[in-house]
Amino acid sequence: MTIEQALAPTSRAVRLLGTDLSEKNLKLHLEGLSGVDAVGLEARAAALSTRSIKTTSKAWALDTIIRLIDLTTLEGADTPGKVQSLVAKAKNPDPSDPTVPRVAAVCVYGDLVAEALGALGAAHGSGGPDGIAVAAVATAFPSGRSSLAVKLADTSDAVAAGADEIDMVIDRGAFLAGNFGRVFDQIVEVKQACRRPDGTFAALKVILETGELNTYDNVKRASWLSILAGADFIKTSTGKVQPAATLPVTLLMLQIVRDWKNLTGERIGVKPAGGIRSSKDAIRYLVTVAETVGEEWLDPHLFRFGASSLLNDVLLQRQKLLTGHYSGADYLTID
Amino acid sequence: MSFLEYAPAPESKSILHLKKGYGLFIDGKFVDGHGSAFTTISPADESPIAKISTANEQDVNLAVVAARRAYEKTWSKMSGKDRGKYLFRIARLVQERTRELAVAESLDNGKPIKESRDVDVPLVAAWFFYYAGWADKLEYAGLGPAPRSLGVAAQVIPWNFPLLMLAWKIAPALACGNTVVLKPAETTPLSALIFAEILQQADLPPGVVNIITGAGDTGSSLVNHPDVNKVAFTGSTAVGRAIAKSTAGTGKKLTLELGGKAANIVFDDAPLDQAVEGIVNGIFFNQGHVCCAGSRLLVQENIHDEVIERLKVRLSTLRLGDPLDKNTDIGAINSKEQLDRIKMLSNIGEQEGATRWSSDCVIPSKGFWFAPTIFTGVETSHRIAREEIFGPVLSVLSFRTPAEAIAKANNTPYGLSAGIWSEKGSKILGVADKLRAGVIWANTFNRFDPASPFGGYKESGFGREGGRHGLGAYLEASWHMSAEHARSTRAPKSLPAATKTQAPSNPKRASEKGQVKITRKAAGK
Repeated sequence: MTIEQALAPTSRAVRLLGTDLSEKNLKLHLEGLSGVDAVGLEARAAALSTRSIKTTSKAWALDTIIRLIDLTTLEGADTPGKVQSLVAKAKNPDPSDPTVPRVAAVCVYGDLVAEALGALGAAHGSGGPDGIAVAAVATAFPSGRSSLAVKLADTSDAVAAGADEIDMVIDRGAFLAGNFGRVFDQIVEVKQACRRPDGTFAALKVILETGELNTYDNVKRASWLSILAGADFIKTSTGKVQPAATLPVTLLMLQIVRDWKNLTGERIGVKPAGGIRSSKDAIRYLVTVAETVGEEWLDPHLFRFGASSLLNDVLLQRQKLLTGHYSGADYLTID
Repeated sequence: MSFLEYAPAPESKSILHLKKGYGLFIDGKFVDGHGSAFTTISPADESPIAKISTANEQDVNLAVVAARRAYEKTWSKMSGKDRGKYLFRIARLVQERTRELAVAESLDNGKPIKESRDVDVPLVAAWFFYYAGWADKLEYAGLGPAPRSLGVAAQVIPWNFPLLMLAWKIAPALACGNTVVLKPAETTPLSALIFAEILQQADLPPGVVNIITGAGDTGSSLVNHPDVNKVAFTGSTAVGRAIAKSTAGTGKKLTLELGGKAANIVFDDAPLDQAVEGIVNGIFFNQGHVCCAGSRLLVQENIHDEVIERLKVRLSTLRLGDPLDKNTDIGAINSKEQLDRIKMLSNIGEQEGATRWSSDCVIPSKGFWFAPTIFTGVETSHRIAREEIFGPVLSVLSFRTPAEAIAKANNTPYGLSAGIWSEKGSKILGVADKLRAGVIWANTFNRFDPASPFGGYKESGFGREGGRHGLGAYLEASWHMSAEHARSTRAPKSLPAATKTQAPSNPKRASEKGQVKITRKAAGK
C-alpha cells in the first residue's frame, strides 16, 4: 500500500481518467473497453482445462492450492464453536501429516472476527508464510441491499474487530441500472472504511457476483470499475448465487488484471469463490492463472480460492499421491 | 521448479498394436504390393514405425478392378438404409478405437496428441455419423428424385489430416453408393491402414473400400486409371492442376481441394483477447499444416502494435515438443522436405525486408521442428504474403479501412477461407459478402463440422466437401441424365416409387422431357 493511495483511494481513477470522475466520464471509459466474445472465451477456458498435470507438478499444485484457500463458513447458523472448529482445521488441515501447508485465511461474517482471531492466536498473520489472515464479509453481504451508512458501519465494525481483509459486495442493482458512478463511489467509501487508526488499510476484495451480472461484458466493466475504485482483489461471487465461480469468468478477470498490470505496473488479486470443490477443478484454475498472468500470481497476496469442501478433496489427493492409494472421507477431519 | 514446466504427461503407445509391415488393402485383404516398400517414420524423432508397401500400376489395377466388382455386385445394389448401417458401424468403431487412432496419428504425422484426440478423431467419427444419416435420404439432397451413384471413386489425400481427410472422402462416397480406391500420403499412411482393419471389423463387403499406399506415381496411376469414374484430390495446387489436365475430356468427375493463403482480418472493434486466440488457432493449429490456415493476418493499423504485443506474449506460452505429450501445443513438422520449404520461404521473408520474430522455445535435437514465427512489416508484394508456406509462419499486414481490408484479402490467387474479427455484426456480414473465399469464419477460426460445406474459389480448387453440398460430388443429379443413360440406370433400390409429389417443383426442370418417365422407369426396376 503506497502512501499516496492510502491518502486518496480514488488515485488510480484519477491517474487514468483525470479528476473528472463523474458518472458520465466513467460510463464513457467503461463502454470504451473492448468487448468479450463469449464463445471464444469459453473455448479458451476449455482448452486450458485439458492440461494434464502429473507427478511432481501435481504435488506442487496440491500444496499451492492449500496455500491459496480462504477457508470459509458463511451461514446464518455459524456459532463461536463452528468458527473455532474452522480455525483448527485451517491451522492443521491434516492431523496425520505435519508437512501440509496452512491455508491463506479464514473467511467469516463480521461479528465472528474476534472469535476467529482468538482461535488463531499465534497462528494469525497476513495470509502468507507468516500466518493465517482473517477475512470478513461486509456491506450487507450477500445481497448488498442496504443503505451506504449501514454498509460502512458493517465494514468499520469488522475492521475494528481486527479483520485483515474485507470482502465487500457491489451494488448489482445500481450496476445493472447503469449507475456506474454510484457503484464506484460506494467502493471508494468502503475502501475508506477499511482504514485502520494507524493509517494502514485492511485489504479490500470486491465481490462482483458474476452470476447476477450475467454477461462477460458486464463482468469486464465491473472488474475494471472495481479496480479503478481501489480494489486489492476482484472476487467472482458470494457463493450464494448460482452460477458462482466458473473458469471462463475467472479467466476473463485474470486477463483484466494482466491488462491493468501492463497499463500501470500494479498487481491486483483475483479470487474465484463458490463451486470449486475438487482438486481437478482447482488445478485447472492454477493452470489458467499461470498461463494468463504468470506464475508470480500463484501467491496468496494475488490469488485465492474461496472454498470450504475443496480443502478435504485436496488432502485426499495429496494422501493418494504420497501413499499410492485413496483413503476415505472418514480419514479426513471435517471442520 | 517452475510450475509452467509441467511434468511430462505422455500418452502411452502401448495401446497401439502395430505390425512390422503393412500391405495394400485390396478386396478386403492385406496383400503385398509389387512396388518397392518404404518405411514410415515418426517426424518427432525420425524413428522408423513400420514398413509400408508401394502399389505399382498392376496393384492399382487390382484395386480398381476390386472396387468395380464390389460396385457392380454389391454396393450399388444395396439399399441406402443398409449402406447407412455400415457407415454407422464404422463411426462407432472409430469412436471405440479413438485413443489408438489418435496415438497412431500423432506418431506418424507429428501433430500434438491433444489435437488428434480432441479434434481429428472425433471429427472422423462425426463425418461417418453424418453421412450415414444421408445414405437413405439421397432423394432429398436437392439433386432430383433419383440421383445416381457414379461408380468407382479414386481419392488421393494429403498428410496434414490423414484420417480426417480420409473420412471427408470415404464417408460421402460410400453413402452415395460409390466404391473407393484411396491413397493416403506417403509420409502418413499409418492411420489409414488401421482404418482398413476397422473396415474388416465392420464386415464391410470386400472391395467397397481399397486403400493403396505409395508415393506420387501410385497416385498418378490411380487417377489416370481408365475405369475410374470420379477423382477427388486434396493437396497442393501444382498436383491439382496436373490432375485437372490429365482427367480433362475423360468424363471423370473431378473435385479438387487445394492450397490457400487465407486472410484473418482483425478490426479495431474486435474482442481482442479472443482475436489473439483466433490468430493463434488460425495459423499455429496443426503446425500451420492446414490448407485453410489464417496465414495472412490483416490487422487494422490503429491496433496493430497492441495486437502484435499480445500475440507475442501468447506465443511464448505455446509448448513445442513431444507430440504424444498431452500438454504439447506445437508438434513436429511432418517431413524434412516440408521443413526445408518452410525454412526457405522464411529466409526469403527476411531477405525481402519483413521483420522476423520467433518464440523462444527449445528445439529437440532429432526430428523436424520449426518454432512459431511471425513476420511483421509484410507487404502484399512479398512472397511470404502470396505463397502458401504450410507451416507455423504468420505474415502480418495492416489495413486502414474495411474497403482496404477486403481488397487485400482478395488479392491472392487462392480463395479457400477467411476470418473476420469484430463485435459488430453488420460489419461482419458486409465484409463476408465481399470476400471471395469458400469458408468465412466470424470471431472464430478453423472450426469444422460435417454439416457445413467446405471448398475453395480460384486456385483453391472446386467442388464442396461436407454437408448436403458434399453429396453433389458423388452423385449424378437425375436431371443430368440423358434418356439413353437413364434407361441403363440402376437406381438404388431404396428409392420409393416416383409420384407426382416427388417431381421437382422447379417448372423448368419439371418441363425437361423424360424427367418423370426416367424416374418411374428407374423405380420400376
